[in-house]
Amino acid sequence: MSLLIYGTITSIILALYTVGFSLTYGISGLANFAHGALYILTGYSVFSFLNQLGLPYFLSAPLSVVIIGFLGFVLYWGLLLRVRGVPLAELIVTFAAGVAILELLMWKGFYGIQYSLPLFVRGGVKLGGVAVDYQRLFVVGTGMVLVVLLYLFVHYTKIGLAFRGMAQNERTALSVGIESDWIGSLSLAVGSALAAVAAVVVLPLGMMESAIGYEVLIYALAVAIIGGLESTPGMIVGSFIVGFGQVATARYIGPKWMIIVPLAAIIFVLVIRPSGLFGKFKELEERI
Amino acid sequence: MEGDTFLKIEKLSKHFGGVQAVWDVSFSLRKGEFLGVIGPNGSGKTTLVNLITGFVKPDSGKVIYQGKDITGKMPYTIAGLGISRTFQMVRLFYNLPAYKNLIIPLSSSRVKKLRGGEYGERDDVAVDLLDDMGFERDSFVPYKLAGSLPHGYLKRLDLARAMALRPDLLILDELFSGMAMSEVASTLPLIEKFHEEGLTIIMIEHRLKELFRVVDRVMVLNFGEKIAEGSPQEVMSAETVKKAYLGIEVEIG
Amino acid sequence: MAEVEAKYRKKRLDRGIKARADTIFAIASYKEILYLVLPRALPVILLLALPLVLTGYWGKVLVYACVYGLLALSWDFLASCGLFSLGQAFFLGIGAYIAGTLSYYFHWPPVITLPIATIGGGVISAALLSPVVRLRGVYFAMVTLMLPMLFMKMIETTGIFGGTHGLSALKPLAKGWGGTYLVIGVFLVSLFIFRRIINEDYGLVLRAIRDDDRAVMSAAINIYWRKIQALFVAGAVGAFAGAFMTHHYQFVGMSVFALDYSILPVAAAALGGPGTFAGAALGSMILVPLSEALRALSGLRIAIYCVIMILSVIALPEGIFHYIERKYHQFERLVRVG
Repeated sequence: MSLLIYGTITSIILALYTVGFSLTYGISGLANFAHGALYILTGYSVFSFLNQLGLPYFLSAPLSVVIIGFLGFVLYWGLLLRVRGVPLAELIVTFAAGVAILELLMWKGFYGIQYSLPLFVRGGVKLGGVAVDYQRLFVVGTGMVLVVLLYLFVHYTKIGLAFRGMAQNERTALSVGIESDWIGSLSLAVGSALAAVAAVVVLPLGMMESAIGYEVLIYALAVAIIGGLESTPGMIVGSFIVGFGQVATARYIGPKWMIIVPLAAIIFVLVIRPSGLFGKFKELEERI
Repeated sequence: MEGDTFLKIEKLSKHFGGVQAVWDVSFSLRKGEFLGVIGPNGSGKTTLVNLITGFVKPDSGKVIYQGKDITGKMPYTIAGLGISRTFQMVRLFYNLPAYKNLIIPLSSSRVKKLRGGEYGERDDVAVDLLDDMGFERDSFVPYKLAGSLPHGYLKRLDLARAMALRPDLLILDELFSGMAMSEVASTLPLIEKFHEEGLTIIMIEHRLKELFRVVDRVMVLNFGEKIAEGSPQEVMSAETVKKAYLGIEVEIG
Repeated sequence: MAEVEAKYRKKRLDRGIKARADTIFAIASYKEILYLVLPRALPVILLLALPLVLTGYWGKVLVYACVYGLLALSWDFLASCGLFSLGQAFFLGIGAYIAGTLSYYFHWPPVITLPIATIGGGVISAALLSPVVRLRGVYFAMVTLMLPMLFMKMIETTGIFGGTHGLSALKPLAKGWGGTYLVIGVFLVSLFIFRRIINEDYGLVLRAIRDDDRAVMSAAINIYWRKIQALFVAGAVGAFAGAFMTHHYQFVGMSVFALDYSILPVAAAALGGPGTFAGAALGSMILVPLSEALRALSGLRIAIYCVIMILSVIALPEGIFHYIERKYHQFERLVRVG
């Protein structure tokens, strides 16, 4: 029973990690490799607001989300705009920006036991005989809301685009770059904001350090690869596979083997169905 | 019936999102035939080409080429079997000299096999091919960067690229679109020559006058369905076709 | 009179030849020979002479520069056919561990482990990454980014292949300068071979695959097979670098999968100019000594490469090498006319 509960919680955390990345990619085809960096930067921001500016929690958190969302927006207009359409350059820019942020944070000493965010509410509840703290319930709730939001947002944005007559086949139009930069920057902003929301909710569960940024990115990528990049159900399934896989491995084999799960799952998926379990795009479909 | 069926299309269908691009299209070609495919914009002609050449996988139906089922195979496999095509939106490498564009098909295993393994100088072969197509070697036209050539030349370069593969079936997708009358006039004889040399050709065109001069048969598509098939005269006098082409007048003959 | 004609003819020959074929040179004087040969000979002479001059610390830096240089070349080759790798460390690590485990558990000498690691590394890289090759480019970047990180974590947590301690006291490579010259030699040879390949028809097809793979498919070429071939070559080059490091330092540990090995080659290629190989080589020769000089700044150092990468990509997309190349040729023209 505790396996079920902790497995679900872990899976939803993984889904939370992935939501922002998925959204940005789903709407504008941009893979934001700075995703993990933005996640942990949110933590840093909330921490600074709380401890250095003395702002209350219920202000620090949302403010940070807005700031990070805005940062995503700025990232697009400042850097990506000039290289949009050149896939290599886009990749390098988001990746380099992400690493630069993470390494800067590490250099400034953002690791160690003093860096942690307080829980929203202390205490917990018993579910089926298993103790679950309120924070984790928050996480689950937020996760479910965000996933639904993701699905609706991506789905209706695509419909909206089609209605605006952007193209009969909006995928083709998007990939040809007809989409306006507004959509691109907005998708990056919202994706970043979602990463920030995930950070605000999940980070209180443990200590913060910049290395988490890399971890989040890896997990987000893993879930996206396993489930399929442009599929929300895929993302959910992917996160549950990795989530439950990890919890079960930790329980029955040993915690140090947990990391094998995402690796094995990726290799498995690559061999069986490379575009992801729910991957909509077999390479031929888009070979127009 | 002379010869076996060279190409047989059976009930091909494909939809994208909510749009039915091609619906239940069937036709067949004998070896050496010249088939024209016409129809209003959006009638699924290019999708049909994509379905035959492997760029798009059909929802249902079959493509049988020289007795072999090639439905849904990879584009390079199909091209390797001898089906070559041009693209409506020309796909060339503008930052390369014109003749270098031909190096790519000339590097394929198909061409290597057909030339009996002697590699020769691909550069020379490419320049020769272009010269035959009207890119005057003496004026160094084949050596010009593809990006610097005028549109009509680009279309012919695309044709040269398709021919460099030594195809048995050539599919032309709106080759004449964007070409000036003089360019059309100089390209048409080339195509006729290919046909006389035995090449089987499918030609999608909007310029019906020129098309009807060279084809054996015509097929008409509208909204993804075949609405008529036959000689140019038969087809253009069919009521369904006239309705589809409302307002467009064509002189035949 | 003849001199004026020679100058005039030379100027026209330059352009004319460029337009026709890159491999034909009409050589009319020793000056021309020197002009063509110098830029190619200079780096070779320099690299061959430096080990004799640099000792100790900077000698080690030179070796590192060649190792990173090999990774950068490997990256550039993959980028030339549209595969953008964010995980060069993976190739390095695979080669390093193959050589390391063969040496540690079976006591095989470098003369055997190096070739096995190189070829084996190439095969494993190609095999592991071949399913991804059929997908959109971003998948390749994602998978290559993750693989070294996951492998590193795996070694760390499971403790296999020596775990966090690594495998040490492995068989050394060669006495004295042997190792240094081996890596310099392989580096230079790879540089010239890559530059040669990319300008031949094989390289043309690879570049065409990068620019428009559908057009190449319609020309009856199996683009996926070509990409897998490129993966093998790039993987083998990276694996050699790893195997070399294992024996040169007589140690292999999980640090061989570190992010640094994935980032710096990309930064070097971006700085020097992607697609030119000489640019990747030049970039490594600039960035590696620079990074050593900045070692004191630790994390900041990586942030600096990243900024350099971003700036290169945005402000000078052609890269330093092309810039220098342009100036070299233009300068030549100006002098002749004036």
